[in-house]
Amino acid sequence: MLRAPQSRTEGGPVSGVFDFTLALGDDALIAAQRLGEWTTRAPEMEEDIALANIALDQLGAARLLLTYAGELEGAGRDEDDLAFLRDDREFRNCLLVELPNGDFGVTMAKLFFLAAWQLPLYTALAGGGDDRLAAIGAKARKESAYHLDHASLWVKRLGDGTDESHRRMQDAVDQVWPYVHELFTSDPAAPVDPATLRADFDATVAAVLDEATLTRPETRWTPGGGRDGVHTEQLSYLLAEMQVLHRAHPGASW
Amino acid sequence: MNARAAVAAVVDPEIRVVTIDELGILRAVEEEPATGRVVVTITPTYTGCPAMDVIRADIRRALAAAGHPDAEVRTVYAPAWSTDWISDAGRAKLAAAGIAPPARRGDDTVVPLTLAVRCPRCGSPETTQVSRFGSTACKALWRCRSCAEPFDHLKAL
Ligand SMILES: [Zn+2]
Repeated sequence: MLRAPQSRTEGGPVSGVFDFTLALGDDALIAAQRLGEWTTRAPEMEEDIALANIALDQLGAARLLLTYAGELEGAGRDEDDLAFLRDDREFRNCLLVELPNGDFGVTMAKLFFLAAWQLPLYTALAGGGDDRLAAIGAKARKESAYHLDHASLWVKRLGDGTDESHRRMQDAVDQVWPYVHELFTSDPAAPVDPATLRADFDATVAAVLDEATLTRPETRWTPGGGRDGVHTEQLSYLLAEMQVLHRAHPGASW
Repeated sequence: MNARAAVAAVVDPEIRVVTIDELGILRAVEEEPATGRVVVTITPTYTGCPAMDVIRADIRRALAAAGHPDAEVRTVYAPAWSTDWISDAGRAKLAAAGIAPPARRGDDTVVPLTLAVRCPRCGSPETTQVSRFGSTACKALWRCRSCAEPFDHLKAL
Protein backbone atom coordinates (compact mmCIF):
# COMPACT_ATOMS: atom_id res chain seq x y z
CA MET A 1 0.00 0.00 0.00
CA LEU A 2 1.19 3.47 -0.80
CA ARG A 3 1.97 5.99 1.86
CA ALA A 4 2.08 9.69 1.18
CA PRO A 5 2.75 12.75 3.29
CA GLN A 6 -0.49 13.66 5.01
CA SER A 7 -0.07 17.39 5.04
CA ARG A 8 1.88 20.23 3.53
CA THR A 9 4.89 20.82 5.70
CA GLU A 10 6.60 23.72 4.03
CA GLY A 11 6.37 26.14 1.17
CA GLY A 12 3.26 27.83 -0.11
CA PRO A 13 1.03 26.94 -2.97
CA VAL A 14 2.50 26.83 -6.46
CA SER A 15 2.39 30.34 -7.77
CA GLY A 16 3.60 32.33 -10.68
CA VAL A 17 4.44 31.19 -14.17
CA PHE A 18 7.75 29.53 -13.26
CA ASP A 19 6.40 27.30 -10.49
CA PHE A 20 3.37 26.44 -12.55
CA THR A 21 5.39 25.57 -15.66
CA LEU A 22 7.85 23.53 -13.63
CA ALA A 23 5.02 21.59 -11.95
CA LEU A 24 3.36 20.74 -15.28
CA GLY A 25 6.71 19.78 -16.80
CA ASP A 26 7.42 17.50 -13.84
CA ASP A 27 3.96 15.92 -14.12
CA ALA A 28 4.64 15.07 -17.77
CA LEU A 29 8.22 13.90 -17.16
CA ILE A 30 7.37 11.55 -14.29
CA ALA A 31 4.29 10.24 -16.12
CA ALA A 32 6.51 9.49 -19.14
CA GLN A 33 9.03 7.62 -17.00
CA ARG A 34 6.33 5.51 -15.33
CA LEU A 35 4.60 4.68 -18.63
CA GLY A 36 7.95 3.75 -20.12
CA GLU A 37 8.27 1.03 -17.49
CA TRP A 38 5.56 -0.89 -19.35
CA THR A 39 7.72 -1.26 -22.44
CA THR A 40 8.05 -5.00 -23.24
CA ARG A 41 5.69 -5.78 -20.31
CA ALA A 42 2.24 -4.77 -21.58
CA PRO A 43 -0.48 -7.43 -21.86
CA GLU A 44 -0.44 -7.31 -25.67
CA MET A 45 1.86 -5.91 -28.32
CA GLU A 46 -0.52 -3.18 -29.49
CA GLU A 47 -0.82 -1.93 -25.92
CA ASP A 48 2.93 -2.01 -25.48
CA ILE A 49 3.26 0.31 -28.46
CA ALA A 50 0.38 2.50 -27.28
CA LEU A 51 1.86 3.05 -23.82
CA ALA A 52 5.30 3.79 -25.29
CA ASN A 53 3.75 6.34 -27.66
CA ILE A 54 1.82 8.02 -24.86
CA ALA A 55 5.03 8.12 -22.81
CA LEU A 56 6.75 9.77 -25.77
CA ASP A 57 4.01 12.41 -26.00
CA GLN A 58 4.39 13.14 -22.29
CA LEU A 59 8.15 13.37 -22.68
CA GLY A 60 7.71 15.78 -25.58
CA ALA A 61 5.50 18.06 -23.50
CA ALA A 62 7.90 17.75 -20.56
CA ARG A 63 10.84 18.90 -22.67
CA LEU A 64 9.02 22.00 -23.88
CA LEU A 65 7.74 22.86 -20.41
CA LEU A 66 11.05 22.31 -18.63
CA THR A 67 12.96 24.26 -21.27
CA TYR A 68 10.57 27.17 -20.75
CA ALA A 69 10.77 26.83 -16.96
CA GLY A 70 14.55 27.03 -17.18
CA GLU A 71 14.33 30.21 -19.24
CA LEU A 72 11.84 31.75 -16.80
CA GLU A 73 14.10 30.92 -13.89
CA GLY A 74 17.01 32.67 -15.59
CA ALA A 75 19.66 30.65 -13.76
CA GLY A 76 21.04 28.98 -16.86
CA ARG A 77 19.41 25.59 -16.26
CA ASP A 78 18.21 23.74 -19.35
CA GLU A 79 15.78 20.82 -19.67
CA ASP A 80 18.48 18.25 -18.90
CA ASP A 81 19.67 20.10 -15.78
CA LEU A 82 16.11 20.25 -14.50
CA ALA A 83 15.30 16.63 -15.33
CA PHE A 84 18.51 14.97 -14.22
CA LEU A 85 20.18 17.16 -11.62
CA ARG A 86 17.39 17.87 -9.16
CA ASP A 87 16.67 15.75 -6.09
CA ASP A 88 13.23 14.54 -5.06
CA ARG A 89 12.46 17.53 -2.83
CA GLU A 90 12.95 19.84 -5.80
CA PHE A 91 10.40 18.07 -7.98
CA ARG A 92 6.95 19.64 -8.14
CA ASN A 93 4.94 16.87 -9.80
CA CYS A 94 1.66 15.69 -8.33
CA LEU A 95 1.74 12.43 -6.39
CA LEU A 96 -0.63 10.81 -8.90
CA VAL A 97 2.05 10.43 -11.57
CA GLU A 98 4.73 9.00 -9.28
CA LEU A 99 2.55 6.20 -7.88
CA PRO A 100 3.82 2.78 -8.96
CA ASN A 101 2.14 1.33 -12.04
CA GLY A 102 0.42 -1.47 -10.14
CA ASP A 103 -1.53 -3.79 -12.40
CA PHE A 104 -2.81 -2.72 -15.80
CA GLY A 105 -6.05 -1.43 -14.21
CA VAL A 106 -4.14 0.89 -11.87
CA THR A 107 -2.06 2.19 -14.77
CA MET A 108 -5.23 2.91 -16.77
CA ALA A 109 -6.90 4.60 -13.79
CA LYS A 110 -3.83 6.82 -13.36
CA LEU A 111 -3.68 7.65 -17.07
CA PHE A 112 -7.42 8.29 -17.24
CA PHE A 113 -7.38 10.78 -14.35
CA LEU A 114 -4.19 12.41 -15.63
CA ALA A 115 -5.56 12.87 -19.14
CA ALA A 116 -8.93 14.09 -17.84
CA TRP A 117 -6.97 16.83 -16.06
CA GLN A 118 -4.36 17.58 -18.74
CA LEU A 119 -6.87 18.00 -21.57
CA PRO A 120 -8.86 20.91 -20.03
CA LEU A 121 -5.61 22.28 -18.60
CA TYR A 122 -3.81 22.43 -21.95
CA THR A 123 -6.97 23.71 -23.62
CA ALA A 124 -7.16 26.58 -21.11
CA LEU A 125 -3.46 27.34 -21.64
CA ALA A 126 -3.97 27.38 -25.41
CA GLY A 127 -6.40 30.26 -24.96
CA GLY A 128 -4.42 32.00 -22.24
CA GLY A 129 -2.23 35.09 -22.21
CA ASP A 130 1.24 33.51 -22.09
CA ASP A 131 2.36 32.93 -25.69
CA ARG A 132 4.80 30.11 -24.93
CA LEU A 133 2.34 28.22 -22.75
CA ALA A 134 -0.39 28.83 -25.32
CA ALA A 135 1.74 27.23 -28.04
CA ILE A 136 2.60 24.24 -25.84
CA GLY A 137 -1.03 23.88 -24.76
CA ALA A 138 -2.35 24.02 -28.31
CA LYS A 139 0.00 21.24 -29.34
CA ALA A 140 -0.26 19.04 -26.26
CA ARG A 141 -4.05 19.13 -26.00
CA LYS A 142 -4.41 17.29 -29.30
CA GLU A 143 -2.23 14.51 -27.94
CA SER A 144 -4.03 14.53 -24.58
CA ALA A 145 -7.32 13.98 -26.39
CA TYR A 146 -5.93 10.69 -27.72
CA HIS A 147 -4.63 9.71 -24.27
CA LEU A 148 -8.01 10.37 -22.70
CA ASP A 149 -9.75 8.46 -25.45
CA HIS A 150 -7.43 5.50 -25.03
CA ALA A 151 -7.61 5.34 -21.23
CA SER A 152 -11.41 5.82 -21.25
CA LEU A 153 -11.76 2.92 -23.62
CA TRP A 154 -9.85 0.62 -21.29
CA VAL A 155 -11.66 1.82 -18.16
CA LYS A 156 -14.98 1.03 -19.89
CA ARG A 157 -13.78 -2.25 -21.34
CA LEU A 158 -12.44 -3.53 -18.02
CA GLY A 159 -15.19 -2.01 -15.87
CA ASP A 160 -17.97 -3.35 -18.06
CA GLY A 161 -16.16 -6.64 -18.71
CA THR A 162 -15.96 -9.82 -16.67
CA ASP A 163 -16.60 -10.00 -12.93
CA GLU A 164 -12.86 -10.20 -12.37
CA SER A 165 -11.97 -7.26 -14.63
CA HIS A 166 -14.80 -5.20 -13.08
CA ARG A 167 -13.57 -5.94 -9.57
CA ARG A 168 -9.99 -5.05 -10.39
CA MET A 169 -10.87 -1.86 -12.30
CA GLN A 170 -13.03 -0.69 -9.39
CA ASP A 171 -10.17 -1.48 -6.99
CA ALA A 172 -7.83 0.55 -9.19
CA VAL A 173 -10.17 3.55 -9.28
CA ASP A 174 -10.62 3.36 -5.50
CA GLN A 175 -6.88 3.16 -4.95
CA VAL A 176 -5.97 6.10 -7.21
CA TRP A 177 -8.93 8.39 -6.50
CA PRO A 178 -7.52 10.05 -3.32
CA TYR A 179 -4.61 11.40 -5.39
CA VAL A 180 -6.69 13.39 -7.89
CA HIS A 181 -7.69 16.12 -5.45
CA GLU A 182 -4.18 17.53 -5.23
CA LEU A 183 -4.44 18.51 -8.90
CA PHE A 184 -7.15 21.07 -8.20
CA THR A 185 -5.62 22.98 -5.31
CA SER A 186 -6.60 26.55 -6.00
CA ASP A 187 -3.86 28.95 -7.06
CA PRO A 188 -5.22 32.27 -8.33
CA ALA A 189 -1.67 33.43 -9.21
CA ALA A 190 -1.11 30.63 -11.74
CA PRO A 191 -1.70 31.22 -15.47
CA VAL A 192 -4.64 28.82 -15.13
CA ASP A 193 -6.12 28.35 -11.66
CA PRO A 194 -6.30 24.55 -11.33
CA ALA A 195 -9.49 24.84 -9.29
CA THR A 196 -11.33 26.09 -12.39
CA LEU A 197 -10.70 22.74 -14.14
CA ARG A 198 -12.53 20.62 -11.59
CA ALA A 199 -16.00 20.80 -13.14
CA ASP A 200 -14.72 19.66 -16.53
CA PHE A 201 -12.76 16.83 -14.90
CA ASP A 202 -15.72 15.70 -12.79
CA ALA A 203 -18.00 15.63 -15.83
CA THR A 204 -15.54 13.47 -17.79
CA VAL A 205 -15.03 11.10 -14.87
CA ALA A 206 -18.75 10.76 -14.18
CA ALA A 207 -19.56 9.96 -17.82
CA VAL A 208 -16.83 7.35 -18.23
CA LEU A 209 -17.31 5.64 -14.86
CA ASP A 210 -21.04 5.47 -15.49
CA GLU A 211 -20.56 3.77 -18.85
CA ALA A 212 -17.96 1.48 -17.26
CA THR A 213 -20.53 0.47 -14.57
CA LEU A 214 -18.04 1.67 -11.98
CA THR A 215 -18.72 3.72 -8.87
CA ARG A 216 -16.98 6.98 -8.10
CA PRO A 217 -15.42 6.54 -4.68
CA GLU A 218 -16.34 8.67 -1.69
CA THR A 219 -13.74 11.33 -1.06
CA ARG A 220 -12.14 10.80 2.32
CA TRP A 221 -8.35 10.92 2.33
CA THR A 222 -6.83 13.64 0.13
CA PRO A 223 -3.04 13.29 0.14
CA GLY A 224 -1.00 16.16 -1.29
CA GLY A 225 2.39 17.80 -1.01
CA GLY A 226 3.80 17.04 -4.44
CA ARG A 227 3.55 20.67 -5.50
CA ASP A 228 5.64 21.58 -2.46
CA GLY A 229 8.25 18.91 -3.10
CA VAL A 230 6.97 16.52 -0.44
CA HIS A 231 6.73 13.18 -2.23
CA THR A 232 6.15 9.51 -1.65
CA GLU A 233 9.15 7.27 -1.24
CA GLN A 234 8.43 5.92 -4.71
CA LEU A 235 9.66 9.07 -6.46
CA SER A 236 13.20 8.58 -5.13
CA TYR A 237 13.49 5.13 -6.71
CA LEU A 238 12.11 6.45 -9.99
CA LEU A 239 14.58 9.35 -10.03
CA ALA A 240 17.50 7.07 -9.18
CA GLU A 241 16.81 5.00 -12.28
CA MET A 242 16.03 7.99 -14.50
CA GLN A 243 19.03 10.07 -13.46
CA VAL A 244 21.82 7.57 -12.88
CA LEU A 245 23.28 7.60 -16.38
CA HIS A 246 23.33 11.37 -16.71
CA ARG A 247 24.89 11.80 -13.29
CA ALA A 248 27.51 9.10 -13.84
CA HIS A 249 28.42 10.35 -17.30
CA PRO A 250 27.57 14.07 -17.55
CA GLY A 251 26.80 15.10 -21.10
CA ALA A 252 26.76 11.52 -22.39
CA SER A 253 25.18 11.12 -25.80
CA TRP A 254 24.81 8.43 -28.43
CA MET B 1 20.97 24.57 -56.14
CA ASN B 2 18.20 26.70 -54.75
CA ALA B 3 18.12 26.46 -50.92
CA ARG B 4 14.36 26.10 -50.76
CA ALA B 5 14.37 23.24 -53.29
CA ALA B 6 17.20 21.45 -51.46
CA VAL B 7 15.38 21.55 -48.13
CA ALA B 8 12.00 20.70 -49.63
CA ALA B 9 13.46 17.49 -51.04
CA VAL B 10 14.47 16.14 -47.61
CA VAL B 11 12.42 13.04 -46.85
CA ASP B 12 10.82 12.22 -43.52
CA PRO B 13 13.16 9.73 -41.80
CA GLU B 14 10.28 7.59 -40.51
CA ILE B 15 8.01 7.74 -43.56
CA ARG B 16 10.55 7.86 -46.32
CA VAL B 17 8.08 8.14 -49.20
CA VAL B 18 7.14 11.74 -48.38
CA THR B 19 9.19 14.90 -48.00
CA ILE B 20 9.10 17.22 -45.02
CA ASP B 21 7.56 19.81 -47.33
CA GLU B 22 4.72 17.49 -48.35
CA LEU B 23 4.08 16.65 -44.68
CA GLY B 24 3.83 20.33 -43.76
CA ILE B 25 6.71 20.09 -41.30
CA LEU B 26 8.71 22.62 -43.31
CA ARG B 27 7.43 26.12 -42.52
CA ALA B 28 9.97 28.49 -44.08
CA VAL B 29 13.33 28.72 -45.85
CA GLU B 30 14.92 32.15 -45.82
CA GLU B 31 18.25 33.10 -47.31
CA GLU B 32 20.05 36.23 -46.19
CA PRO B 33 21.33 37.75 -49.46
CA ALA B 34 24.30 39.50 -47.89
CA THR B 35 25.76 36.52 -46.03
CA GLY B 36 24.26 33.55 -47.85
CA ARG B 37 23.16 32.19 -44.48
CA VAL B 38 20.04 30.03 -44.71
CA VAL B 39 17.49 29.93 -41.90
CA VAL B 40 15.06 27.02 -42.01
CA THR B 41 11.98 26.86 -39.82
CA ILE B 42 10.34 23.52 -39.05
CA THR B 43 7.59 22.34 -36.70
CA PRO B 44 7.18 18.84 -35.21
CA THR B 45 4.23 16.61 -35.91
CA TYR B 46 4.08 15.43 -32.29
CA THR B 47 5.85 17.16 -29.37
CA GLY B 48 7.88 14.04 -28.65
CA CYS B 49 8.63 13.16 -32.27
CA PRO B 50 12.03 11.44 -32.05
CA ALA B 51 12.75 12.10 -35.72
CA MET B 52 13.30 15.83 -35.25
CA ASP B 53 17.03 15.56 -34.55
CA VAL B 54 17.52 13.46 -37.67
CA ILE B 55 15.44 15.91 -39.73
CA ARG B 56 17.56 18.83 -38.51
CA ALA B 57 20.76 16.98 -39.44
CA ASP B 58 19.35 15.96 -42.84
CA ILE B 59 18.39 19.56 -43.61
CA ARG B 60 21.87 20.83 -42.80
CA ARG B 61 23.42 18.05 -44.88
CA ALA B 62 21.15 18.77 -47.86
CA LEU B 63 21.95 22.48 -47.69
CA ALA B 64 25.69 21.86 -47.47
CA ALA B 65 25.51 19.56 -50.49
CA ALA B 66 23.63 22.27 -52.39
CA GLY B 67 26.29 24.85 -51.65
CA HIS B 68 24.82 26.42 -48.51
CA PRO B 69 27.13 25.40 -45.65
CA ASP B 70 25.99 28.22 -43.36
CA ALA B 71 22.58 27.08 -42.15
CA GLU B 72 20.45 27.33 -39.06
CA VAL B 73 17.40 25.20 -38.32
CA ARG B 74 14.80 26.70 -36.00
CA THR B 75 11.93 24.76 -34.45
CA VAL B 76 8.59 26.45 -33.79
CA TYR B 77 5.56 25.03 -32.02
CA ALA B 78 2.89 27.57 -32.95
CA PRO B 79 0.71 27.27 -34.83
CA ALA B 80 0.48 23.57 -33.95
CA TRP B 81 0.97 21.16 -36.84
CA SER B 82 -2.18 19.64 -38.26
CA THR B 83 -2.61 16.71 -40.62
CA ASP B 84 -4.55 19.19 -42.79
CA TRP B 85 -1.12 20.57 -43.75
CA ILE B 86 -0.20 17.40 -45.61
CA SER B 87 -0.36 18.26 -49.29
CA ASP B 88 -2.43 16.37 -51.87
CA ALA B 89 0.81 15.03 -53.37
CA GLY B 90 1.85 13.85 -49.91
CA ARG B 91 -1.49 12.12 -49.37
CA ALA B 92 -1.21 10.34 -52.69
CA LYS B 93 2.30 9.13 -51.89
CA LEU B 94 1.24 7.89 -48.45
CA ALA B 95 -1.65 5.94 -49.96
CA ALA B 96 0.63 4.47 -52.64
CA ALA B 97 2.97 3.28 -49.88
CA GLY B 98 0.15 1.48 -48.07
CA ILE B 99 -0.43 4.15 -45.42
CA ALA B 100 -4.02 5.39 -45.30
CA PRO B 101 -3.88 9.20 -45.25
CA PRO B 102 -5.78 11.15 -42.57
CA ALA B 103 -9.22 12.59 -43.17
CA ARG B 104 -9.31 16.34 -43.55
CA ARG B 105 -10.26 17.83 -40.19
CA GLY B 106 -11.13 21.31 -41.34
CA ASP B 107 -11.96 22.46 -37.81
CA ASP B 108 -10.43 22.84 -34.40
CA THR B 109 -12.05 20.02 -32.45
CA VAL B 110 -9.56 18.08 -30.36
CA VAL B 111 -11.07 14.63 -30.70
CA PRO B 112 -11.37 13.87 -34.38
CA LEU B 113 -14.26 11.76 -35.46
CA THR B 114 -12.89 8.69 -37.16
CA LEU B 115 -14.94 8.01 -40.25
CA ALA B 116 -14.41 4.91 -42.32
CA VAL B 117 -10.77 4.51 -43.29
CA ARG B 118 -10.33 2.94 -46.72
CA CYS B 119 -7.87 0.10 -47.10
CA PRO B 120 -4.90 1.52 -49.03
CA ARG B 121 -4.38 -1.86 -50.73
CA CYS B 122 -7.83 -2.88 -51.97
CA GLY B 123 -9.87 0.27 -51.37
CA SER B 124 -12.42 -1.47 -49.16
CA PRO B 125 -14.13 0.65 -46.49
CA GLU B 126 -14.59 -2.51 -44.41
CA THR B 127 -11.77 -1.81 -41.98
CA THR B 128 -11.26 -1.86 -38.23
CA GLN B 129 -8.82 -0.16 -35.92
CA VAL B 130 -6.49 -2.63 -34.21
CA SER B 131 -4.69 -0.01 -32.12
CA ARG B 132 -4.86 3.76 -32.15
CA PHE B 133 -1.10 3.84 -31.60
CA GLY B 134 1.14 2.39 -34.29
CA SER B 135 4.74 2.07 -35.40
CA THR B 136 5.38 5.80 -35.02
CA ALA B 137 3.75 8.56 -32.95
CA CYS B 138 1.68 9.76 -35.90
CA LYS B 139 0.23 6.42 -37.00
CA ALA B 140 -2.52 4.04 -35.88
CA LEU B 141 -2.71 0.36 -36.78
CA TRP B 142 -5.70 -0.82 -38.81
CA ARG B 143 -6.77 -4.02 -40.50
CA CYS B 144 -8.81 -4.57 -43.63
CA ARG B 145 -11.69 -7.04 -43.28
CA SER B 146 -11.91 -7.53 -47.04
CA CYS B 147 -8.33 -8.43 -47.92
CA ALA B 148 -7.25 -9.19 -44.31
CA GLU B 149 -4.11 -7.07 -44.60
CA PRO B 150 -3.02 -4.87 -41.68
CA PHE B 151 -2.07 -1.30 -42.60
CA ASP B 152 -0.94 1.97 -41.05
CA HIS B 153 -3.25 4.97 -40.87
CA LEU B 154 -1.90 8.45 -40.33
CA LYS B 155 -4.07 9.78 -37.51
CA ALA B 156 -5.92 13.03 -37.99
CA LEU B 157 -4.40 15.58 -35.61
ZN1 LIG C 1 -7.99 -4.34 -48.12
